[in-house]
Amino acid sequence: MSAAVDLLDLRLVFVTGKGGVGKTTVAAGLAQLAAEHGKRVLVCETDAKGDVTALFEAPPTDFTPREIAPGIWSMSMDTEASLREYLKLHLRIPVVGRIGPLAKAFDFVATAAPGVREILTVGKFCWEVKERHYDLVVVDAPASGHIVSQLAAPQAINDLVKVGLIRGQTDWMLEILSDPRQTGLVAVCTPEEMPVNETIELAARIREETTVQMSAVVVNRVLPELFAQREEEIFEQLRETENEEVLSGRVGGSVVPVLEAARLAVTLRRTRSAHLQHLQAELPLGMPVLLLPYLFARSFGARTTRQVAHALGEELGL
Amino acid sequence: MTAAQAAGTAKTVAQLLAAKDIVIACGPGGVGKTTTAAALAATAVVEEGGRVLVLTVDPARRLADALGLKGIGNDEVRIPDEVFAGAAAHPRGQLWAAMLDTKQSWDDLIRAHAPDEETREQILANPLYQNISGRFVQSHDYIAMERLYEIHCEGKYDLIVVDTPPTRNALDFLDAPQRMADFFSSRLLRWLIVPYRSRLVNVASRPFYQVADRILGTQFLADISEFQSMYSGFVERAEAVTRLLSDRRTTFMVVSTLEATPVREAEFFSCELTARKLHLGAIVLNKVLPEYLRDARTDKLAQSMEKGSAELADGLTDDPAVAARVIVEVAESFLNFGVVARREAEQMAELRGAPDVLVTVPFFDADIYDMGGLLQLGAQVWD
Repeated sequence: MSAAVDLLDLRLVFVTGKGGVGKTTVAAGLAQLAAEHGKRVLVCETDAKGDVTALFEAPPTDFTPREIAPGIWSMSMDTEASLREYLKLHLRIPVVGRIGPLAKAFDFVATAAPGVREILTVGKFCWEVKERHYDLVVVDAPASGHIVSQLAAPQAINDLVKVGLIRGQTDWMLEILSDPRQTGLVAVCTPEEMPVNETIELAARIREETTVQMSAVVVNRVLPELFAQREEEIFEQLRETENEEVLSGRVGGSVVPVLEAARLAVTLRRTRSAHLQHLQAELPLGMPVLLLPYLFARSFGARTTRQVAHALGEELGL
Repeated sequence: MTAAQAAGTAKTVAQLLAAKDIVIACGPGGVGKTTTAAALAATAVVEEGGRVLVLTVDPARRLADALGLKGIGNDEVRIPDEVFAGAAAHPRGQLWAAMLDTKQSWDDLIRAHAPDEETREQILANPLYQNISGRFVQSHDYIAMERLYEIHCEGKYDLIVVDTPPTRNALDFLDAPQRMADFFSSRLLRWLIVPYRSRLVNVASRPFYQVADRILGTQFLADISEFQSMYSGFVERAEAVTRLLSDRRTTFMVVSTLEATPVREAEFFSCELTARKLHLGAIVLNKVLPEYLRDARTDKLAQSMEKGSAELADGLTDDPAVAARVIVEVAESFLNFGVVARREAEQMAELRGAPDVLVTVPFFDADIYDMGGLLQLGAQVWD
């Protein structure tokens, strides 16, 4: 199975993962890669922090999509704006001006009825897919724990609200979400214990509790292998005290911290590769696992986003 | 030195805890919050004694195994002294642990507060309730704080260390009790559940009901009204939970790493705690790269090693050609990590000044999954 064709040919991709693993970086990289392959991409932020646009060095966006880089549009989810659009488009209830009291009522209902907020969020993404405004919609989705409730929301609403107009709106969403040729989920993790375990659990929950297909796992911040076996033997010899002293004398200062830093890098790499192996062993057979290198960067912006896009492209065989 | 330190308030976590009953570990996900909470609790038992509880949400399985937590649920269990003995440590008190089971906690809450058996069964079977308690994300945040309140009221522990649930927004759990109280005391709720007939009488609010009915359907509204008997109980509880969070015996410990995203969240979180007049006791930074990576002299040295590797390796080891390659790799690696270490140091400087205590914990060679590892981490945090 070719992961590359699958991933870039999808219409809707949810990028999720435990907090802090680089979910937004991967979402931005994927959008960049798709745009470089001639796609019109909409990248959506679900928690309005402006992180996605910062990775393109563009100012934050709101609910109305704006082009932030060639071929890449960005929007931020706003449930009140989504509700307004929803009422107008689906229930034919035009809302003029500020929806003040209605927004309050909505807030209240959203607190009471689990899934209402989620469905307005997921519904908006599905709507963009349905209307074919873009070739690909990339969602910088909520962290692992929450994505399941979000993706399960249309089904949950179907169970909970037996009648009423919302009920009639969930069928077409489910159709898009359940189609593996249109919708996929990318789980991001780092090669560390907790993120790896959570990703394995997420794969199971997505399969059991939602109708969405998991398309790939991206392992971010994979440290480079410093030495081949022979080099490691020589490295150990260099760390012997007499060799360290000779080296320090020749270079004119203590090389101990430099060698110690390399030892730390080797140890980190080794601990992490055990987690990576565990991940590969526990994921469903045939699930593509894409590796992204650790970026030793001063800061994160358009340049690192392009680096991530190219690394993703290489992993996808593009 | 921060203003707080100058004023003679807590300088170490050990001193901070001496005056506190509850420590709430919070911060972005994936930074070792659970492990840090467990490490702190274990260390408190070894150093201070007393009965210490760590209330955790979702520990790494190996950590749970190491604490003997396998298969336990909502009830607190005591960590056997042998677990400490295995790490050559001597507990002066007792370490207890509990894992939060959201659904179970909700059911317990309903059982404790329902006015009678019939109402209780009705609510437990209510589809809306089942959704709130099972699927509803924010209910997780609320119930964690609710459970803390309940345990605190029982008064069995000298210190409770709480590991907060991973939230979409790190602040959700702070707002959860208030939101719950607002929800149940809301006028809108009372409007929604008035009997159908009296709604028709109230001309002013009729459009509201029409929209509500159209969007949600009447069955849903009927489900909501079943909760009525629980409202005042919920409101009182939620308000008491909110008070507990701002009590002066409660302190918050923000846990983070120095990666760009978590550190920004930690900073935001610290500001929000202060803005809410909650006590920010400590910031704990995990997996901090060693200081020597930032040393300017060593950085120059690594640059010369990279350039002059062949001459440097001359005559060294039994394969000088390979040794030259190794020296280049080693020097490059140092320079790479140096870039990251300097970025992190800059980010740490921005965090300084906010809390009473700022603690850094280095990268450990292995993951922490036993009592020995917890105590090693705990010692770094303690003083």
